[in-house]
Amino acid sequence: MALDRETRDQFLDTVRRFVRDKLVPIEAEVSETDAVPERIVGEMRQLGLFGLSIPVEYGGLGLSKEDEVLVCFELGQTSPAFRSVIGTNVGIGSQGIVMFGREEQKREWLPKLASGEAIASFCLTEPGAGSDAASLKTTAIRQGDSYIVNGTKRYITNANKASVFTLMARTNPENKGAGGISAFVVPAKLPGISVGKPEKKMGQQGAHICDVIFEDARIPASCLLGTEEGQGFRHSMQVLDRGRLHIAAVCTGVAERLIRECVRYAQERTQFGSRIGDFQLIQAMLADSRTEAFAARAMILEAARARDGGQPISMEAACCKYFASEMVGRVADRAVQIFGGAGYVADYGIERFYRDVRIFRLYEGTSQIQQIVIARALLKGEG
Amino acid sequence: MKVLVPIKRVVDYNVKIRVKPDQTGVDLANVKMSMNPFDEIGIEEAVRLKEKGTATEIVAVSIGPQAAQETIRTALAMGADRGILVKVDHDVEPLAVAKILKGIAQAENPNLIILGKQAIDDDCNQTGQMLAALLGWAQGTFASKVVLEGEHAHVTREVDGGLQTGKLKLPAIVTTDLRLNEPRYASLPNIMKAKKKPIDEKTPADYGVDATPRLKTLKVTEPPKRKGGIKVKTVQELVDKLKNEAGVI
Repeated sequence: MALDRETRDQFLDTVRRFVRDKLVPIEAEVSETDAVPERIVGEMRQLGLFGLSIPVEYGGLGLSKEDEVLVCFELGQTSPAFRSVIGTNVGIGSQGIVMFGREEQKREWLPKLASGEAIASFCLTEPGAGSDAASLKTTAIRQGDSYIVNGTKRYITNANKASVFTLMARTNPENKGAGGISAFVVPAKLPGISVGKPEKKMGQQGAHICDVIFEDARIPASCLLGTEEGQGFRHSMQVLDRGRLHIAAVCTGVAERLIRECVRYAQERTQFGSRIGDFQLIQAMLADSRTEAFAARAMILEAARARDGGQPISMEAACCKYFASEMVGRVADRAVQIFGGAGYVADYGIERFYRDVRIFRLYEGTSQIQQIVIARALLKGEG
Repeated sequence: MKVLVPIKRVVDYNVKIRVKPDQTGVDLANVKMSMNPFDEIGIEEAVRLKEKGTATEIVAVSIGPQAAQETIRTALAMGADRGILVKVDHDVEPLAVAKILKGIAQAENPNLIILGKQAIDDDCNQTGQMLAALLGWAQGTFASKVVLEGEHAHVTREVDGGLQTGKLKLPAIVTTDLRLNEPRYASLPNIMKAKKKPIDEKTPADYGVDATPRLKTLKVTEPPKRKGGIKVKTVQELVDKLKNEAGVI
């Protein structure tokens, strides 16, 4: 549902204030302690942020895509680890249930995900199956009223906090391709399911990724997402497709924040007797960053509006995710350059952002996968 | 129990204020406005009283231009039940505000009026005190804690040198200090619900008040730029400078 202008402005203003007053001041603390404080998670719950994309009838806010990306532009203006707290409930963890879940699955999980009472994770990637997700090896073999699941999932965001997993597993071992894969909605606490230790990562401390290990885990047959086996790969591709604008908007928010920091620094720092912002080579970097961030914002809003208008935007969403994630990498790189030595030491936080944004080009479809999605659509005559 | 909370629309505390080139006032063109932070604390306190079951109705009042309606909406989204907008398009001085609020208090009969101790635009710190005098009610200013008990309010005040707790007979006036509480953020569902809450529109004349300014602003100027500080090497040097250069000890 699209919000009216006044309501939307007031909500965006609230999120902007929350980010500025509550999140930005503790960025360094979250990075050092590798944890987002529980009180902050509580405030995110109160604000309704966990339910951005969950329909109103299941307790969420049911925002239009345009409204959702506007919120993401704001949430992006701080360490991405904060966004990650709500990221899987808003995106990949919940959207499979929203789009393909049976009514009882929706009723059971969506209200808890919308309120933040439960966290959802998306279990697709495996040690041997990343971009080539269709080659996944985890099996779910039907036995009476249950499936027996075996396999390991890797780099699963929020797995250590999750109450529920959207799991992709092979129900038909004879079919080695995409058609043998089914999707499940699995309570995390079932016997036979364990979660590994959070990985040590390059950036985004405070956000966690872990292995999820299934060892003869018996899950009720009713956990099958939807009504049919063999739809898991298709489902997961559509879930990822839907999340691309969200990630792109977060990238753009981070870029805008970095540009603000760069402008401030360029006006303060003096060299050769002038503010460095007076030098044209610095100005060029500022201008390039601003231009690219503006382009990203414009293309994301255009795609979001098209989607709200009912048009298919798979290719456009891939364009947005590809461009925005690469763009924020370049903006962060220029930020380090403008800050010079100060950009390389931890105190200023710029090097932290530089590390944080690197993941955007990898997860939920690498840049190369986005290129393939775009090119295939073009060659099929869809673009 | 009914609580009345007057709120003022002011330049957002995060905005760097600029004086108009002709020195007639502060430049408000395209400047972000929001609720006076002390008034937000007032709304939060009232909402907490309602959540405890002590208060039953919260009325948010703003005196200002049509746009002050947005500020009332924020209060409604935080938990106030209804709003009153007294429309005035020019600056209203504290005494006129107090007179209008007196009229509203007589019409609404609240048991408690919670005001910000001052607004961050003109920093007058007068309205609450004037209103208490006009109504002849007890007042507890600069409150850092408010406890209601029967017919009384125990108000802890931040005064020079410590805290002072007074017992006020209701109805009473309380003005908020920064440490009274930390205001909540309005959630989107509550922002949406706030749209359905009623806001009455009034004018100063409805309360028999002439809000014409009595004061004339001669000139508004920026404060002098701060000069850089210096580092002293010893305590002795510091004391010497404070005594002989700054002349403060």
